[in-house]
Amino acid sequence: MKIAVCVKVVPEPTAVRRIDAGTKRLDRAGEGVLNAFDVHAVEAALQLKEAEGEGEVVLVSLGPPKVLEALRKALAMGADRVLLVSDDAAAGSDLLATSLVLARALERESPDLVFLGQQASDSDGAVLWAALAERLRRPLVSQVAELTVADGKLTGKRQTEFGYDVIEAPLPVIVAVSDAINEPRYPSLKGIMGAKSKPQETLSLAELGVDAADVGEAGSKTEVLALAEPPARGDSLRIEDDGNAAERILEFLAEKRVL
Amino acid sequence: VSTLVFLEHHGNELQKGSLGVLSKAASLGGDVAAALLGSDVEPLASEAGKFGAARVFVADDRALEAPLPQPRVDVLAHLVREHSFDTVLFASSVLSADVAAGLAARLDAGLNWDLTDLASEDGRLVGKRPALGDSVYVDVGWRSEPRIALVRSGTFDPVASGGQAEIVSAAVALEDFSTQARMVEQAHEESEGPSIEDADVIVAGGRGLGGPESFALVEALAKALGGAVAATRAVVDAGWYPYATQVGQTGKTVAPKLYVACGISGAIQHKVGMQGSGVVVAINKDPNAPIFEYCDLGVVGDLHEIVPKLTELVQARKAA
Repeated sequence: MKIAVCVKVVPEPTAVRRIDAGTKRLDRAGEGVLNAFDVHAVEAALQLKEAEGEGEVVLVSLGPPKVLEALRKALAMGADRVLLVSDDAAAGSDLLATSLVLARALERESPDLVFLGQQASDSDGAVLWAALAERLRRPLVSQVAELTVADGKLTGKRQTEFGYDVIEAPLPVIVAVSDAINEPRYPSLKGIMGAKSKPQETLSLAELGVDAADVGEAGSKTEVLALAEPPARGDSLRIEDDGNAAERILEFLAEKRVL
Repeated sequence: VSTLVFLEHHGNELQKGSLGVLSKAASLGGDVAAALLGSDVEPLASEAGKFGAARVFVADDRALEAPLPQPRVDVLAHLVREHSFDTVLFASSVLSADVAAGLAARLDAGLNWDLTDLASEDGRLVGKRPALGDSVYVDVGWRSEPRIALVRSGTFDPVASGGQAEIVSAAVALEDFSTQARMVEQAHEESEGPSIEDADVIVAGGRGLGGPESFALVEALAKALGGAVAATRAVVDAGWYPYATQVGQTGKTVAPKLYVACGISGAIQHKVGMQGSGVVVAINKDPNAPIFEYCDLGVVGDLHEIVPKLTELVQARKAA
């Protein structure tokens, strides 16, 4: 069984993040880390491979060459190899352009399952899987909190606003997992030592057969027009409980007419 | 401008979020239509007229019964092409996000998500979205048509303008791959209390409750206020309260008129889920809790004493 996991390297979320006023793109100069949500997708893929007793877990990513360093964490967890698409022309790709590149890379691999994490912590995007499923013309199951694979079918339990659905789909299938699906393992020392020697292939757009005009800013159909400070919230009132806090809250609610 | 708004429905009701987006589309002007897809949904169509749709395209088909995204992409793609809509709007949800992204790839269209406002500036549509944990607000646009947008849930309130919509039957022709995923078991509407996304009042509990048993305090206050109970990521992960009530980046986004946060420190992942709320009251014993930076009334104190007392006071006031 071949499992591809689409992973993204994002700026460290606890560091100060900024959008460059000139390029209107996220400043990615600092150190990158594997998107935390993607770690759950990697874990889900590894668990599936282990349950099957055989198979391969391939990481598929788009980004500059320096992201290989952060992707090594997933290799150290147990993923088998990396396919990185790296090309200056791909910088600034929006959903449409990114999904085109990744779809081509996935077509090249033809995996039985494609796993994605539930969100990218930099763009807050939670949409890539549906665009990939469309481009690959494969079934899609998203927000999966529990899954099983048997008899050529995936069964996934997903979280929605209304509770839990159970959805079944034949392989090959695109699966987006929720971060409630598992508790990702920490890489072992042996895993960390072994990660460097695992295959890491880097392809340019040309090598992948993608026209540079279809990706990057040229191929994107959305744009950032302007940046602004967030609106300030009104002054907030602060009180210490001196035994009358409940009364003061009630007064406040009455004054604001929300009772 | 000709806009198509995707109407989500559940349990025989149009969802408030999509009606809000429809109202917003109507306020921006132009030709506004809505798309209603499902099985036995036609009776819901006329409702959309009240919120600004001049036409409602209804695709009524057994194959659309389960709320799965891919068959919906097929129907919407056909509608957009046939009627040359230049804008397609969605109220964000698990289903809508998947439909919108699939549609963007199908139509080679730009998709902007998490929008908290839409405006027409010099004749072009501009979306506003908070980014990077809402530390920056970004104006986003589209370079081509159709433009596709996902609006953050709870952003727009439905406004009944009282119109009559023309009901138009929409064709259903599905791709093979679109019908491969199958719903084996569908979530049922929780019968108890309002769903948190539609609630006018939310009382939320966090790790500061100390344990799952303290949710009884939160529930009692919510009941007294006529509101719903919500929980933070930390306590849902700990198994104290069900996921369906989770507010935050990985849970629901809510915008009630009143949000009472009990024992919630207020990490950014929580903030993005509730910052659209009207009045925010926070009760926390840690004076340095980040939630005090984004509430209207911050109370430093022990929620185990304050919340039951407040519940009694609210009950007494309502009884009077």
